[in-house]
Amino acid sequence: MSEVLVVIDHADGEVKKPTYELLTIARRLGEPAAVFFGSPDKGDAVAEKVKAYGAAKVYVVDDAQIKGFLVAPKAEALQQLAQKAGPAAILLPSTFEYKEVAARLAIKLESGLITDAVDVQEGGVTTQSVFAGNYTVRAKVTHGTPIITVKPNSAAPEQAEGAATVEAFTATVSEAARTAQVVATQPRQSTGRPELTEAAIVVSGGRGTGGNFEPVEGFADSLGAAVGASRAAVDSGWMPHAFQVGQTGKTVSPQLYVATGISGAIQHRAGMQTSKTIVAVNKDPEAPIFELVDFGVVGDLHTVLPAATEQVTARKG
Amino acid sequence: MNIVVCVKYVPDATADRKFEDDYTVDRVGVDGLLSELDEYAVEQALQFREKREGEEITVTALTVGPEKAVDAVRKALQMGADSGVHVVDDAIAGSDYVATSLVLAKAVEKIRETAGSVDLVVCGMASTDAAGSVVPAMLAERLGLPQVTLASVVESQGDQVRIKRDSEGSTEVIGARLPIVLSVTDQSGEARYPSFKGIMAAKKKPLETYSLADLGVDASQVGLSVAWTQVEDTTARPPRTAGEIVTDEDGSGAGALVEFLASKKFI
Ligand SMILES: Cc1cc2nc3c(=O)[nH]c(=O)nc-3n(C[C@H](O)[C@H](O)[C@H](O)COP(=O)(O)OP(=O)(O)OC[C@H]3O[C@@H](n4cnc5c(N)ncnc54)[C@H](O)[C@@H]3O)c2cc1C
Ligand SMILES: Nc1ncnc2c1ncn2[C@@H]1O[C@H](COP(=O)(O)O)[C@@H](O)[C@H]1O
Repeated sequence: MSEVLVVIDHADGEVKKPTYELLTIARRLGEPAAVFFGSPDKGDAVAEKVKAYGAAKVYVVDDAQIKGFLVAPKAEALQQLAQKAGPAAILLPSTFEYKEVAARLAIKLESGLITDAVDVQEGGVTTQSVFAGNYTVRAKVTHGTPIITVKPNSAAPEQAEGAATVEAFTATVSEAARTAQVVATQPRQSTGRPELTEAAIVVSGGRGTGGNFEPVEGFADSLGAAVGASRAAVDSGWMPHAFQVGQTGKTVSPQLYVATGISGAIQHRAGMQTSKTIVAVNKDPEAPIFELVDFGVVGDLHTVLPAATEQVTARKG
Repeated sequence: MNIVVCVKYVPDATADRKFEDDYTVDRVGVDGLLSELDEYAVEQALQFREKREGEEITVTALTVGPEKAVDAVRKALQMGADSGVHVVDDAIAGSDYVATSLVLAKAVEKIRETAGSVDLVVCGMASTDAAGSVVPAMLAERLGLPQVTLASVVESQGDQVRIKRDSEGSTEVIGARLPIVLSVTDQSGEARYPSFKGIMAAKKKPLETYSLADLGVDASQVGLSVAWTQVEDTTARPPRTAGEIVTDEDGSGAGALVEFLASKKFI
């Protein structure tokens, strides 16, 4: 069976959930071989994690020479790895970074690229959600090695024992690839809440919060949810951009999305329309968001949310 | 110094966007416009020029697309770009990212030949139709340039460019030396409206139209038939079945909401 390269999404060796989803999907296409860009001393620990999701091999690519440079070195490394392994497909997490890696890789390998897949089936047929979630498109790569970036929550991770044989891979990275450089980073403060794109429940607030996100955060915490925001809330400076849901923010597809004080503009819908269950609280019965909802409350979020929070907490109590 | 700003003509996101029978995006039946996200690219290209007073800097707006796509270039000229290039050829229809980036790269090379240099290529963060956010990286790969993407703040001095951007878990400052491919987000600052003067001036600005032959691209390298990806089918999302809507009266809304969430096992 051919290898399927799966690029591991991680922060400092901390493997993220989408990696397990990718490995689960990869098993439909061949034998998963995970690719870890990181510090080699974390290789074994990472291998242990991906082993449980069927990784037959783990390529450890020492990132000492490429860390701090943008995209191009990783594309070169993956090109070299693909030439050696001759994979049936290459799967990457659909983050901005890896979409760009995939873009460069597609040109290098003369291979078709499909971005933002929400499903990949046997034979490499992908499903994408397009036009703000109003259409689904099924497509296939027909030239070269299929390169597919896959969105979070595209599959339920299924465990399967893999050999997870660790293999160091030394990439030759050109000077030309090491040009755009990170000169400073400021880590964002962790909120202690679930990651927006990975969360099972998201509670978002918009202009209707009037800048007071406490009711939104309180309700989110009672449900163990992530907090999101509309662009209006972000543009007003009430929430950092990292919390924005929509076309130019994050796309989320949780089990439950709660939109409060959000009108439901097409650009906002683009980021949440594929959520399984949608609930809205809005004081305007005509708000377009109500066209999407499974359940809606016409009311003031500043009174509805705190009361609901209290009741949820009491039920859980 | 020469700047090229890549602008895409896209179907209006607020209209009913749809597909043709061959699964390509309907670019004729739906009203189109300059992708809103590329307005930010034009704005940053213009600001780049304006901030570097005393230097001779030209901004060329470039689009690859059907006849009507020239509207995207015109809008950029009205906003203040100096010249425009429209690549149009029947063979391009249905091109995927790979082919589109090829044509864009060849057009940038052609502009470079004429102008002497291209120091900066500015793109939007994503097109509002395909929304791949991959063309800038592909263009950079093809042109052999670094790519500096998703900028919310752009600063430059001499041949050094610094940008600020939001990345996964942090805010980053990225540094690179021109020439580069840059992409900017909608956080980079409101795009200007064309003034009446700008609209009048735009009519006299040079606007070139190139075919594939002008760029030395063979028709067999682009278009739907040679795309490296193939669409099998497209399906309109079934309309969501109308949900239950209650009106909050004397606190009844919260109870109903919690009841609903519990019935769905979210609590
Ligand atoms: C290129 C482009 C990209 C964009 N990208 C995004 C994006 O990624 N994400 C995004 O969200 N938007 C995006 N937008 C903006 C989008 O078009 C809308 O402007 C935005 O989503 C509106 O945010 P909102 O719903 O919070 O505000 P509004 O549209 O002002 O709606 C506020 C709502 O709150 C309700 N309300 C007010 N007070 C209360 C109260 N006390 N209790 C309950 N309800 C109340 C009102 O009835 C109203 O429905 C983009 C726009 C463009 C042009
Ligand atoms: N046909 C095109 N003509 C001009 N620029 C384009 C075209 N397609 C994409 N671009 C540029 O590439 C950016 C990203 O596009 P995409 O990768 O399709 O999301 C856009 O914001 C444009 O700046």
